[in-house]
Formats: sequence, structure tokens, C-alpha cells
Amino acid sequence: MEAFGLLLHGFAVLLTWKTLVLMMVGLVLGIFVGVLPGLGGPNGVAILLPLTFTMDPTSAIVMLSCIYWGALFGGAITSILFNIPGEAWSVATTFDGYPMAQQGRAAEALTAAFTSSFIGSLVAVLLITFLAPMISSFALKFGPPEFFAVYLLTFCSFVGLGREAKHKTVISMSLGLLLAGVGMDTVSGQLRMTFGSAELLRGINFLVAVIGLFGISEILLTMEERLALRGHAASISLRVVLGVWKDLPKYWVTLLRSSFIGCWLGITPGGAIAASFMGYNLAKRFAKEPESFGKGRIEGVFAPETAAHASGTSALLPMLALGIPGSGTAAILLGGLMVWGLNPGPLLFVEHKDFVWGLIASMYLGNVVGLVLVLTTVPIFASILRVPFAAVAPMIVVSCAIGAYAIQNAMFDIWLMLGFGVVGYVFKKIGIPLAPFTLALVLGNRAEDAFRLSMIGSGGDLKVFWSNGLVGSITTLAIVLLFWPVIDGLLARVGWTQRTRTTSP
Amino acid sequence: MRIPLKAVGAATALLLSAPAFAGWEPTKPVEIVVAAGAGGASDQMARMMQAAIQKNNLMKQPMVVSLKGGASGAEALMYMKSSEGDPNKVLIAYSLIYMLPLSAKIPFNWRELTPVSVIALDQFVLWDNSAGPKTVKEFVAAAKAASAPFKMGGTGSKREDHVLTVFLEQKTGAKFSYLPYKSGGEAATQLVGNHTESNVNNPSENLEVWRAGQVRPLCVFDKERISYTTKVTDTQSWGDIPTCKEEGVDVQYLMLRAMFLPGKVTPEQQAFYVELFHKVTQTAEYKDYMEKQALKPIFLTGKDMVQFLEEDDATNKSLMTEAGFVAK
Repeated sequence: MEAFGLLLHGFAVLLTWKTLVLMMVGLVLGIFVGVLPGLGGPNGVAILLPLTFTMDPTSAIVMLSCIYWGALFGGAITSILFNIPGEAWSVATTFDGYPMAQQGRAAEALTAAFTSSFIGSLVAVLLITFLAPMISSFALKFGPPEFFAVYLLTFCSFVGLGREAKHKTVISMSLGLLLAGVGMDTVSGQLRMTFGSAELLRGINFLVAVIGLFGISEILLTMEERLALRGHAASISLRVVLGVWKDLPKYWVTLLRSSFIGCWLGITPGGAIAASFMGYNLAKRFAKEPESFGKGRIEGVFAPETAAHASGTSALLPMLALGIPGSGTAAILLGGLMVWGLNPGPLLFVEHKDFVWGLIASMYLGNVVGLVLVLTTVPIFASILRVPFAAVAPMIVVSCAIGAYAIQNAMFDIWLMLGFGVVGYVFKKIGIPLAPFTLALVLGNRAEDAFRLSMIGSGGDLKVFWSNGLVGSITTLAIVLLFWPVIDGLLARVGWTQRTRTTSP
Repeated sequence: MRIPLKAVGAATALLLSAPAFAGWEPTKPVEIVVAAGAGGASDQMARMMQAAIQKNNLMKQPMVVSLKGGASGAEALMYMKSSEGDPNKVLIAYSLIYMLPLSAKIPFNWRELTPVSVIALDQFVLWDNSAGPKTVKEFVAAAKAASAPFKMGGTGSKREDHVLTVFLEQKTGAKFSYLPYKSGGEAATQLVGNHTESNVNNPSENLEVWRAGQVRPLCVFDKERISYTTKVTDTQSWGDIPTCKEEGVDVQYLMLRAMFLPGKVTPEQQAFYVELFHKVTQTAEYKDYMEKQALKPIFLTGKDMVQFLEEDDATNKSLMTEAGFVAK
């Protein structure tokens, strides 16, 4: 097996004390960066990139990718403890992770998140190791219609599989789509809805919105209701960790499904963000009692985290093989590669074997070391919840503000964040779900561009979405999911399925 | 080229007189502002300069790359405009400084910034998929014969790539459907995946897929061939690509890569950066980069630079007007 030999070679390149130390340093830095909301992976890697210029490429990329793994692990911590997602793909982790923390099961939720991250990445790395060449050619099959079909699938799965009232999901999604339109429109090259303001030129940054919608609004709610974080001193020990692990086999279907979704969307350039949402929605769909999702169900942590990390890891593949970064952090890593004279592209795998296999080997090692590292620090992070709310709340608000500012170095974004905090508070009060809003904000632009490019390319013919097997099946699946409640009901009526229809409010 | 000799002369004069200004140097990390997304040609160039400056100890303060590609690069322009008097920010500019104010009515004028130096000129090449037509003539014939829209990928709308497409249409009589992607890298992959029939990417954006034999360069939009003759693929060098004029399609376009400081900085501060970037152009990193990415070396500063910018601005303006891309 050629791949296996190359991988062993990769480990040989890697197993020196110097590289291992760099790996640890990278992971620790990454976790810290991931914990600060907004600062997140991309900024962390960007800040630390120049540190690596004097290193040789392999050591440098090992350190940077470990910062990346660390940030991926770290992102889950704030999502679970404070309802503040650090990266786009941590949003779905908050749905059940945060309720769990409120019920005093923070340690359990964190263990679940870290473990499933590990499983997701592991599956993705295995995939990269053995199927790299095949996957790169699969990614090339994606033109504008295929991209649009994937985005459509994500949107439809939200409406069709969501727990909330359908009309509220649609309202929330439409508002998100509206705000996604602010700023420069790539297809026409014109400005939209900026009203002459230079601040609005950039458009509305997704992370700024998320920090406000989730983080600030949570603080507002807490202040109103009880002035205390509901989390209780979580007793954390090896027992909790082992307890979660013992239950793992029960969720093998969820883990496998999410890994699959994650890998598939990760290698679709730019699809990584949708993965965690899809993983979550499908887990909910196939669960025996979907109503319990969103109220602190461990499966609701497993599903999005596995998918997010499988996609985060497999997103490195299109970056290496095609030069297209699948995520913000991957984009910065891409910049790093170029500095070291390694041009990502089809020939990277042929011409720089040492580097590529060293990196792949570091994915294995980095994940194992990372898992151990984060698990040992769970007690420290979980104990944050024991600090009185009055002391912790200002710190959260300040770190949210720093995070929002750091994304684009813009004071305006802090005001925007506060504005979104109020919007999030109101939404929660009137029961409009926040997730479709954030999803629309992050994917709205891409979906619109992909749709319009498809239309230009086909001369305005909608049949382009069924023009080949790949795009046709994704589009059809999207429409089936959109009307799933109706289809499910019909099937139940004609007696095709025993399944009792889940009543939507 | 008439400029380089004069430019080198001017630069040397400046360098010789440098001790007179030796007073100023940055006291904070210097931000190099990129008006494009990660991985694009501007970003690659900024990273190269960052590495060249750090490895050769050209400056005491570190240099950080700050990506401000929002709103098709308008974000970077407005950021520079609002940083008046701040000598710790340098913009790595390209033709967007002329085009964006025209097409999207961005309230920006490059004359409000402080010019430092022009450091390179970038080429444009007409590419198609390696399974597509082999010459410009066959390519044009295929475009004319196509029943479905013949797709040309590019970066952004109403910008360099789009302008070139319009002029290709005018000169050949063929009709293209222009697909504006977010980056040159994306345009390259879409061509490899056969989702478009062609693109007009910069050499750097298609280099890797060319080396992998997935795309074919048809012609270069310049009056002379690219001067680099080292083999890039097994059989071809940059210099082997014919000019479009040779192939009977007389369309020419070169794009500047230039450094600017915000407005209202002192002459000492300006002089520091002129010297800094002059030193950068002497480094091995810069020379390597120029050859690898097939850029045209050039170094203009002071009056020569302003004159170049004025002429270039006029050229771009007339191209944009003729293409019908100027917003009313």
C-alpha cells in the first residue's frame, strides 16, 4: 500500500523532539485562541504566522496546523459554557451543549464535544490518507449549479427538518438573507443597501452577528432572569470522561452519519460551514424523540461536533490539492504555504512528499495529543462556571467586544454586535429561532452568487439544476427535505411507514 | 521600456541622499494592507515582501499582513483613506484604485494617498482547458460556433478581467458569457473542472494548474512576449506563449502593483518606505518571486511614479468608459 508507506515516512519526518515541542506549543496557543470568541482560528493563525517564517516548512506547518486543531477544540468550549460560538461551525454545538452546561453537565458536554471532534477528524484524516487523489477530482466536479444545490440542500433541511414552527424559520432565514445582501455584490460589481455609509461597504460580518446574537443576548437574558449562570459546580473526574466514552457505541449511527456528512461537505470547497448544521438536523430527524433536542441532549453535541471537525479537517484537502481554502483558517494556512515557496496545487502531492505526508502525519499526532490535552483541562474550563455571574459577565462582554473588534479592526462592529445582541434578545423572547438567521447570513451571499452564475452560464434555464446526476440528485434531495413533513405525513397515511408523524407546533 | 533606467537613477539618487532623512523609522508594527482575499496574487506578494523584509532584517519593526478584501477590495481603499497621517500602514495596490471609483462610485481617489513606489507590472494571459482548442484562432472559432453560452471565468465584475473580456469580444466578434468569481484561484479551478471554457487569469493564478497540464495558455495580453525563458512545464516557458497581437487579436493590458501610504504623512516617512521597498526589490526573494510568477520588474518612485499613475489612470478610464462600465 503506497499511502501507508508514505504515511510511515511522514511519521519519521515528524518524530523529533523539536517537532513534538512545537506541536504542543501550537496546540496550547490554539486552544487559547479558540476560547476567545471572535479571535478564533483565522486571526490566531494570522497573528502567529510570521513566527514561523524562520522555521523549515515542515516544522512551520506542523505548528500552524496544531494551532488550527487547538482552535477547533477550543471553539467548542465557549459554545458550551457561554453560548458564544467562536467559529461558524460551533454554532450548532450551542443548541444542546449550552443547555447541558446549564443543567450542570458541562463536563459531560465538553467531553462529548472533544471526543466527537477527535472521531470526526480521525475519519477525515483516514479519508485524506487513502483517498486523496480521488477526492480532489470529485471536488473539481463542483461548478456553480452544484454549489447552489448544496446550499439549497442546507436551507431546505433547515425548514423541512427544523423543530420550530415553519413560518418562524422562514421569517428568520429571510431576515438573514436580507442582511447578507448588504455590501458589494460580486456579480454586478455594485453596492447594495449601504446607504452611502463607508462602514457598511464590507457588509455584515457573520462572526460579529453571531457574537451579538448568541453571546450578548444570553447575557441580557441572564441579567433579566436570575443574575447567575445556571451552571453548577460540575464534578469532573476520570469517571465522567469514561462514562461518556462508555456510551459512545450507542451513538455509532450518529457519529458515522455526521462523519460522512462532514467529509462530504468539507471536500466540497467552501461547504464546511454547512456541515455542522446538517449533521445536527439529520441527527434530530432520525432520533426516536426529536423533541428532546435543544434541551440538553448529548447526541445534539456529538452530531454537530463530529461533522464540524470532519469537515474542518477534510477542508484542508481542497486547499492542498486545488489551492481553494475551505475555511477562513485554511485560507491563512494557504498564505503561509506560499511564503515557504510551496504552491498548493495538483503537483504539491508529487513534488513535496515530505511536506504533505509530514502534515498528514501531524494531523494524526496533533489530534491525539490535542484530545489528551483538552480532556485534562476540562476541569479548569468547567470551573469557570463556578465564578459568580457578576464577575464573569463583564469579562464575557469585554472579550466579545474585543473579538468583534479584532475581526476587521473596526469600532463600528462593536456597535453592530451590541445591536445584534438586542435583536437576539427580542428573537428569543418572541420565539424566533436564531440558527436559520445565522445560516442565511453566512451562506446567503454564496448561494445567491452560485445561483446567478448558474443562470448566466445556462442562459437563464432552470433545467441546469438537473443537468447531470450529481447536481440533479442533490437538488431533488433538497426539495424532498423541504417538503419532508408533508411527504412523511402522506407516507404515514397510506401506511408505508409505522412512524408517527411528529407534530409541529 | 523607457522607465526602468530613469527609475533606477531616481532611486539611486534618493538612496544616496537617504542619510539626510535618516530621522524616521516605524515605531509600531507595520501593517501591509491587501485589497483582496487570502491566497490571491496581492496576498501572495504581500507575504513575499513580509518574508523578504523579515529574513533580510530590512526593518526593525515586524510587518503584518492585513487582509481587507471586503467589498471587492473597496474595504482596503476606504481603510487607507480613513488612516490619514498614519505612517504604519502601506497599501499594496493594483488597478482597482482606478476602476472601483468608476464602476461602483466608491468615494475614493488615489491622489489622496501618498505614492511610494511601483514595484511590478502584472500580465494577463488567455487560458483554456487543456482539452479545449489549441490556438487562439481555433478558440475564437469555437466561441463563435458555440450554441450554448461560451463561458469566460474571471475575478469580480466590471474589473480588469471583465474589461479584457469585452475587448476580446470587440476584436474577435465572438460572444462570451462572463462569470465573475470571487478570486482568481476559483476561476482557475472552475476552468480545470470544465465549468467555464476559458479565463484571463494572471500568470500566478494559473501557474500550478498549468504545470499540472490541466490548462493551456493561448496568448499574453502585452505588446511583447514575457521575458522569462526557463521551462515552467516540461515543454514550455513563459516566453513561449505568443502575444495576442501575434495571434491576430490586438488587445493589450498590464496591471500595476504599487505601494501607497495614507495621505498626509511626512516626507521623511515617505522616504523611509521608498528606501525599504527599493531594498526589497534587491532581495533574492523578490527576484525569485518575479520570475516564478512571470511579473515584469519595474521600480518607479517620486515624480516618475506620479506621471505613470496619471497615464495609467487615463488609460483605465478610457477602457472602462468604452466597455460601458462607468456608473452614471
